[in-house]
Amino acid sequence: MVALFNILVFPGFIFLGVYALLFEFLDRRIYARLQNRMGPPWFQPLADFLKLIGKEAVIPAEADKKVFPALPIFALAAVTTAFLYVPIWSGNSLLPFSGDLIVVLYLLTIPTLTFFLAGWYSTSVYATVGSMRALTQLFSYEVPLFMALLAPALLADSWSISGISQFYAAHPLYILINIPAFVVAIVSCQGKLERVPFDMPEAETEIVSGTFVEYSGRFYAVFRMAIDAELVVVAAIIAAIFLPFFTANPVVGFILFVVKTIIILFILAVFRSVMARIRIEQMVKFCWKYLVPLAIIQIIVNILLKGVLPL
Amino acid sequence: MAKNLVIPIGPQHPSLKEPACFTITLEGEKVVNAVVGTGYNHRGLEKACEARTFIQDLYIIERVCGICSHIHSTTFCQAVEELAGVEITRRAAYIRTIMAELERLHSHLLWLGIAGHEVGFDTLLMYSWRDRELVLDVLAALGGNRVNYGINTIGGVRRDVTPELIEQIRKVADIVEERNKYYIQLALSETTLAARLGGIGKLSHDDAIKFGAVGPVSRAAEVPDDIRVTDPYAAYDEVPVTAITDNHADVFGRTVVRVLEIMESVKMIRFCLDNLPEGDIVTKVPRKIPEGEVLIRTEAPRGEDAHYVRSNGTDKPDRVRVRAASEANWHGMKHMLEGDYLADVPIIIAAIDPCYSCTDRAIILDNHDTGEQSVTDWRSLREYSINWYKVRGIDTSKIKIAYSPLIF
Repeated sequence: MVALFNILVFPGFIFLGVYALLFEFLDRRIYARLQNRMGPPWFQPLADFLKLIGKEAVIPAEADKKVFPALPIFALAAVTTAFLYVPIWSGNSLLPFSGDLIVVLYLLTIPTLTFFLAGWYSTSVYATVGSMRALTQLFSYEVPLFMALLAPALLADSWSISGISQFYAAHPLYILINIPAFVVAIVSCQGKLERVPFDMPEAETEIVSGTFVEYSGRFYAVFRMAIDAELVVVAAIIAAIFLPFFTANPVVGFILFVVKTIIILFILAVFRSVMARIRIEQMVKFCWKYLVPLAIIQIIVNILLKGVLPL
Repeated sequence: MAKNLVIPIGPQHPSLKEPACFTITLEGEKVVNAVVGTGYNHRGLEKACEARTFIQDLYIIERVCGICSHIHSTTFCQAVEELAGVEITRRAAYIRTIMAELERLHSHLLWLGIAGHEVGFDTLLMYSWRDRELVLDVLAALGGNRVNYGINTIGGVRRDVTPELIEQIRKVADIVEERNKYYIQLALSETTLAARLGGIGKLSHDDAIKFGAVGPVSRAAEVPDDIRVTDPYAAYDEVPVTAITDNHADVFGRTVVRVLEIMESVKMIRFCLDNLPEGDIVTKVPRKIPEGEVLIRTEAPRGEDAHYVRSNGTDKPDRVRVRAASEANWHGMKHMLEGDYLADVPIIIAAIDPCYSCTDRAIILDNHDTGEQSVTDWRSLREYSINWYKVRGIDTSKIKIAYSPLIF
């Protein structure tokens, strides 16, 4: 019963959904304020979601009738599952086990793969170009993102998010060592979340909206929800690994979680508002030229420090 | 990919503000072939002008373009004044110049925002359109409208500039100048923006001349082609004008030219306000315009604007021909697009600041020697369009259209 409650309500499905909508609102609001606009009211993401649910959902005649509607659900399910391994109200997540960092990272790759498949199965030219871009992008940001998240894990000698979080909470000064990895993680997760400057797979002004061009109605609503939820999960992971401050009190711990994730969101929103979209080949160059070496250096430094520092 | 992908940009596409169809053939992400297809917006303005009097035509000509509406009506007025042999007062010329430069401010700020939007930099769009709003307010105060100001009339201008308005214009000029300093800095130094705009849409000095590019497109390729300098009209013979040129010859260069031109326009507006001569604003022009033909060139925000007017001695023109600036810039478009990435297509198209409906014309050449005439009716036009699309792989013949009995 408790497990069911955990999975469906808190911290599982319903909480993630509500928090994802709140995040979308905050993201849009911060973005708008940075652009000297008012921004939407708080219920706008919910209203958008409900409106999309109520709209007619069209499946293109040439698209695969089974895969096409199933893909959004895959994306949302993967993201929701990943959320169960992220610490929320204390140092421990709901179901921590050794190696859950790897599992979460792979679960977070699934949405990108569904974006690719969504574009591929829609058979529209714009969607095809978008899905090719999504895949190209995957190969460029995934490596730096993984390495940036694994470097702190090496120092902490734990492959579980909760374990890493607890290690850094016990040794708060070691967080400073991971600042380069933090920068790499923030930049490459912009690619993961397909936000400006790395939103080429969607690129409204170039390929209409890329992979999602044929999606409408409830399918698109679920995709949007998955994207918002992914934003929450990524922000939560970065917060857990790079800002591991928590208390024993679950209420205070939860408030801390909210504050930490909103700080990450704010950084992401600033990134989004001060940059232009770059080209796909520029992104590949940037990721492999700057982010990957930086992440490798971080890993080497962490391995060396591990032998030197008193742990 | 073994087969090249053909992507249609348009006729309906989020990056195009008006319908036009660019058929892009891709090899990977690189454009190997581009076909520019305009003609969706033909409005029959030139023909409509022939059926109305010169004064009535002014209202049609003003609506040729939604953004550079003042320069079109200025050109037309100048053409008619030239035919009638009327010289407008200096004050009217100065007011026309002030309007034209304010229009350039609003057009360039609008372009800057669109350019930002095309490369996914929406913050620039929001900022520059916020500042453009101030200019629009001043234009509305001067002319009475935000877009089609209606300030020109044949023989001068319809509204005078009051001292309060002069103060308001000065204030706006100061604000725009201040903000534009920031945009110049942004355009020249923002890394992602420079990475996106630099090196794309190349049109070298020789190509610019070969394709007959005008305005910021040619000036970015170091062609000092500015009608305000080479063939001064209105009050430009007294106002100090510098033609801004740049040597980048790409989209980045066009951006630089435009942001620097905003500064230049602000200076010109200040000069006009300082040296505004006293006097009447309108000269009387006869209703019947003497026989003759005239070609007038002016510098619109987008480049050279040319109007040809022929009169047969009545109060209606015999022929009006509008050559908007975008029409000259389309010719180099294929050359600019090919070899660049798909991601750059929208910004390269946007970089000439295209105005589709100013450009679109339908021309059918009758056989002059035999005097043969032909009538094209609705049904044959529809057949023509079906065939046109069939060649391009789209079958529109099944779409049912309710034929109006009035047309047949």
